[in-house]
Amino acid sequence: MKAMLSALAVSTAIFAASPASAADLEVMHWWTSGGEAAAVGELAKAFDGTEHSWVDGAIAGGGGTARPIMVSRLIGGDPMGAFQFNHGRQAEELIEAGLLRDMTAIAEAEGWLDVVYPQSLLDSCTVDGKIYCAPVNIHSWQWLWLSNKAFESVGAAVPANWDEFVAAAPALRKAGLQPLAVGQQSWQTSGAFNVLMVALAGPDVLVKVYGDKDVDLAAGPELASVFAAAADAREMSQGSNVQDWNQATNLVITDKAGGQIMGDWAQGEFQVAGKVAGSDYTCLPGLGVNELIDTAGDAFYFPIVDDAEITAAQDVLAATLLSKETQVAFNLAKGSLPVRGDVDLSAANDCMKKGLEILAAGNTLPAVTQLNTEDTNNQLNDLFVEFFNDTGITPEAAQARFVDIIKSGE
Amino acid sequence: MQNARPNQLFRNMTAKIAAIPMILTALCVFVGGTVWTIVYSFTSSKLLPRAKFVGFDQYERLWSTSRWTVSLENLFIYGLCSLVLSLIIGFLLASLLDQKIRFENTFRSILLYPFALSFIVTGLVWQWILNPEFGVQSVVRGAGWIGFSFNPLYDSELVIYGVLIAGLWQGSGLIMVLMLAGMRGIDQDIWKASRVDGIPMWKTYILIIIPMMRPVFITTLVIIASGIVKVYDLVVAQTGGGPGISSEVPAKYVYDYMFQGQNLGQGFAASTMMLLAVLIVVIPWAYLEFGSKNRG
Repeated sequence: MKAMLSALAVSTAIFAASPASAADLEVMHWWTSGGEAAAVGELAKAFDGTEHSWVDGAIAGGGGTARPIMVSRLIGGDPMGAFQFNHGRQAEELIEAGLLRDMTAIAEAEGWLDVVYPQSLLDSCTVDGKIYCAPVNIHSWQWLWLSNKAFESVGAAVPANWDEFVAAAPALRKAGLQPLAVGQQSWQTSGAFNVLMVALAGPDVLVKVYGDKDVDLAAGPELASVFAAAADAREMSQGSNVQDWNQATNLVITDKAGGQIMGDWAQGEFQVAGKVAGSDYTCLPGLGVNELIDTAGDAFYFPIVDDAEITAAQDVLAATLLSKETQVAFNLAKGSLPVRGDVDLSAANDCMKKGLEILAAGNTLPAVTQLNTEDTNNQLNDLFVEFFNDTGITPEAAQARFVDIIKSGE
Repeated sequence: MQNARPNQLFRNMTAKIAAIPMILTALCVFVGGTVWTIVYSFTSSKLLPRAKFVGFDQYERLWSTSRWTVSLENLFIYGLCSLVLSLIIGFLLASLLDQKIRFENTFRSILLYPFALSFIVTGLVWQWILNPEFGVQSVVRGAGWIGFSFNPLYDSELVIYGVLIAGLWQGSGLIMVLMLAGMRGIDQDIWKASRVDGIPMWKTYILIIIPMMRPVFITTLVIIASGIVKVYDLVVAQTGGGPGISSEVPAKYVYDYMFQGQNLGQGFAASTMMLLAVLIVVIPWAYLEFGSKNRG
């Protein structure tokens, strides 16, 4: 009885000790695969270390599923504490409608303008000179992940670039292995196409086609060669009957597929599976042709909430997300690159180091999400998921439809 | 003279007052929402509705999109097959159960059971059953028939039939129960009379019972048809619209463009076209069904 009473006393003391301003902050995101969940755990741990607590609002199914849910919460007048978006044009209208908080004060107090590298990350958060989001990581699409064992098993050397990979594909096919793993989610196919465009036609072409909506270039020979390469990729991807991107990555991890074109978030999956970069798997930034990465990534936005406690907690979260310790712990788990140039990532593996070198050398390009509206991206998704699944569509026909989409894009 | 006929409006006052909330809901939510959607389908609304009118631009884009035409084709195939097959299967099952068999209750529960599952569960179950790696194909191959190939969900020509199988499995039980209820409503004397006259059973069903079950058939048709137009969750769970875009349906197009594509105008235009398609079917039917009563 006495023990119970003292236990009660202690627990009330704990409650009394916590400051009155502590708030539960609901944070919504779509990080649910193994590597992603480990990474988000780091964020929650860091935030729980402050006086506030993290309420996890994970939505499975990727950004395409999660974004509408978040937007309907916002428009419906039931805002969460904070939410993840890919920074770029996705939040444009939410900012215009005045639903999101201006975080400029926090950004200035924390000195984001000095520490965030590359600067373009903050630019994507900025509308009319005000900063609306806290970038947390840099994710780049331009990676080819290869299973070393799959190539060894057919007696081929691990390819060093896209062309060698294409050349090795028939041998893999003959041995009953899947040359290229591609899931059925439509963004995977359009993403792979954009990577081929950067690698084979160069970053300037991508920026002009998507950024300036250059129709002549989109109809021209540079893009025709990219479409021919996409037809190769289509041939190599036939038969990969999987749905989600991480299932496709798993085919590479388990040496059932030769490779996968996927962003560096795939890195987290290799890590969770205990694979070692260099000996178990190989990563080729820019498909080994054009060593470049884009500066896409995730950022947190903070809705306007009618509650001073929540607002205060939002400020603390924003500062926590960009602190040095959080950046290191989070990005090591997720396999992404930190948004600060001044943190020490010596614990990073080979692939992440490659990424850091490219980043330090300044070989970056803007992300497709920063150039295109979601509407245009959705149309591209539709085109490429059809193209990759229907061998009846010629590269020329696909290019003609691509030109139409670019023409109607804003 | 002073007590002329009471105003029609005030007859049955209590019933009319009681109906007011429902009438208001119907007007505001259904009619109001429909009108609002149609009006905004002529705007260039993106993530949020904005009254910037662009004429028929959204419709032009809609009809030049191959995903939309594929969706319509799929809905047509799915709709026609599911209408005909679920009526036939439902009627056959009901007439078998109607033979005063033993354990009728048990059979009825088993056949109706799939209907208790949501389309999401149905879609997932059939995704697994039809999956070539661990579904029907691998079971048959495991039994020794190596050359057997049954892989509808990853074949763009067949995928809509894979969805159809799941839809029929889920829905036929309900149709069966409706039909059975209709058959039980038929006077037993009619059966006795036809037996006395020596009419074969199948002829009795086709020439006497089915015409007598007309109201049941109409209810069933409406239930099946409304299920067809709004088919969405089954496709999302079973195929996600794939492979490629070969199992897309109109409702999914509406959702994807309204929310994922952040293009409300395009989604509104597509949903307006869906409404128009329903009206084209419903108006002639309502005219035939209710118009004749007024004349008679």
